[in-house]
Amino acid sequence: MTTTTTTPATAAEQPPASATGHGRPARARWPRRNPWGHPWFLEGFTWLYLIWSLVPIGLAVLFSFNHGKSQAVWQGFSWQWYFSDPVNSVLYNPALHAAVVQTLRLSLYTTLIAVPLGVAFALGINRWYGVTAASFNFVMILSFVIPELIFGVAMFFVFTSLYTSVHLGTLAETLALVTWNVSWPAIIVQARLVTIGKQYEEAAADLGANQWQTIRRVLIPLLTPAIFASAVLVFSTVIDDFVLVDLLNSGAGSTPMSVYIYSNQRGGNGGPALNALGTIMLVMSFAIAIIGYLGYRWLTRGERGSGLGALTSIAGEG
Amino acid sequence: MAVRALTTRGDKQRRLFWACLAAPGIIWLTLLFIVPFYTVLAIAAGRLNELFGTPIAVWNPLHWSAANLQAAWREISGSSAFLGPIILRTLFYTAAAAILCLVIGYPAAYFVARFGGRRKALFLVLLIAPFWISYMMRMLAWVDLLQTNGYVNQALLNLHLIGHPIGWLSGQSVTVILGLVYGYIPYLILVLYAGLDRIDPALIEAGRDLGLNRAQAFRRVTLPLSRQPIMTAMLITVLPMLGDYFTNQLMSGATNTSMIGNVINQQLSTPLFQGVGAVLSVMMLLVLIIPMIWYVIATNRTTRDAA
Repeated sequence: MTTTTTTPATAAEQPPASATGHGRPARARWPRRNPWGHPWFLEGFTWLYLIWSLVPIGLAVLFSFNHGKSQAVWQGFSWQWYFSDPVNSVLYNPALHAAVVQTLRLSLYTTLIAVPLGVAFALGINRWYGVTAASFNFVMILSFVIPELIFGVAMFFVFTSLYTSVHLGTLAETLALVTWNVSWPAIIVQARLVTIGKQYEEAAADLGANQWQTIRRVLIPLLTPAIFASAVLVFSTVIDDFVLVDLLNSGAGSTPMSVYIYSNQRGGNGGPALNALGTIMLVMSFAIAIIGYLGYRWLTRGERGSGLGALTSIAGEG
Repeated sequence: MAVRALTTRGDKQRRLFWACLAAPGIIWLTLLFIVPFYTVLAIAAGRLNELFGTPIAVWNPLHWSAANLQAAWREISGSSAFLGPIILRTLFYTAAAAILCLVIGYPAAYFVARFGGRRKALFLVLLIAPFWISYMMRMLAWVDLLQTNGYVNQALLNLHLIGHPIGWLSGQSVTVILGLVYGYIPYLILVLYAGLDRIDPALIEAGRDLGLNRAQAFRRVTLPLSRQPIMTAMLITVLPMLGDYFTNQLMSGATNTSMIGNVINQQLSTPLFQGVGAVLSVMMLLVLIIPMIWYVIATNRTTRDAA
């Protein structure tokens, strides 16, 4: 870049000319091309990607309404895999039914435990300086990036050979899911604490508030959007979780939807009831996402930032 | 002096308060994150109960044995080693899928971050949507499409690209890599988008004003600035891919496409082999701990800079 700006004077004269691009040999080859024009190729590519990423799912949802046993050939519309078939529908088949209940139950338990645990941890670690705090914060972030299989193996062994009173099943699943997800609130709340700064707390302290009052009256209200976003993330992550629940379930009654789909799909011959389960998971996740988005917008109303910020926040970025 | 003593006592109290607040999380992490990893180590370095064929954890490091390690090593490099090729295959699949993810994901993330304009929210919703759809549902979608009588084969037959239906779901590496790309690309795109969106467009415009054309501006301004997002996005996809066992199980189910995750998963279900499974997962952790720590440091730095 330094080669193009020879002297400040020429640089100051240049901008209008170079902005339109007249007389530059590199652009002479593309005389009709506006250098600031819309990148149609990139846009086309992006749309192709979006079609590739979303159409298969749309078709899978469609097959959940198939009037027949095929997951590959459309045979007409029916609700039979959801409720109208008295034997094989999600509503009446006890195993399918139990899978839906188990997923919801695990999501609820995990969110209720992980969010308070993570928020308290974030507050404490962020304000309590020192080696212990720093190292446990490190462990927390490590639990965020460790491959789930390695963590799942560790959980499997600790429940089968050390904490043997915790049998594989709902309890083991919940304990593992909480550990796996507690980093969402811990990380998101800490990031928010950094942006909030210390001035509100100091003002509260100057006005005579003790630490509990500061937390309850100042920090918690300021942190509500972050806490809410992390609760949404924990809940939806647990709906979609597979590895931990696959390693730690004990079969009947503790098998959530993801594991049920995995173990019954038989190369695409498990029947459209599986697509119905998947569609139910999808609807649940989207419902959570919409609630999350609207809730986040409502909680951060009056703040700078936009719907885009809310979108990325409930997806765990930003 | 008196004042100073008072403030230090206050400081101590305050620190104690914050420590108490963090304590439940710390205890939880100790009991259910640190202790479990020590348990894996104790099993990996433990013995076998000859009578029942079950692993026995040895908690005292002084009594650790290398029996499981030797058994694992024989499987990796011995003459009858079956793990060596599986490890190589895992690396190949992961590398291929990660590169494809980047090649597909970068342009899309770049376009939305820089040229999304007024439709940014729409693009973002569409990009994020798969992130909210269960991994199993997304795999099931392709399992449906790739069946022998599925739409992919029908389309290829109608276009006369193939003469007879292809068994995509019976041990094809291509299908497994497709599954991995499809499964993990939303995470990559999301991280990349967040990183690319932070690049100040003024920097790119300055480059253009100074005479760079679009390609040059991309190469000399955007690309250097997106090195960090690319690295973190690659890590966020590569780390789980290495431990993946369900994608190839769903997309092929054949042993000729097994990855290291399948081996560990199978060994867990047979008590006799659990010790070796523990060794393998410790080995995997040791290999991955360096990129993991790098990721932690890199994301910490970004959060600090953003504040």
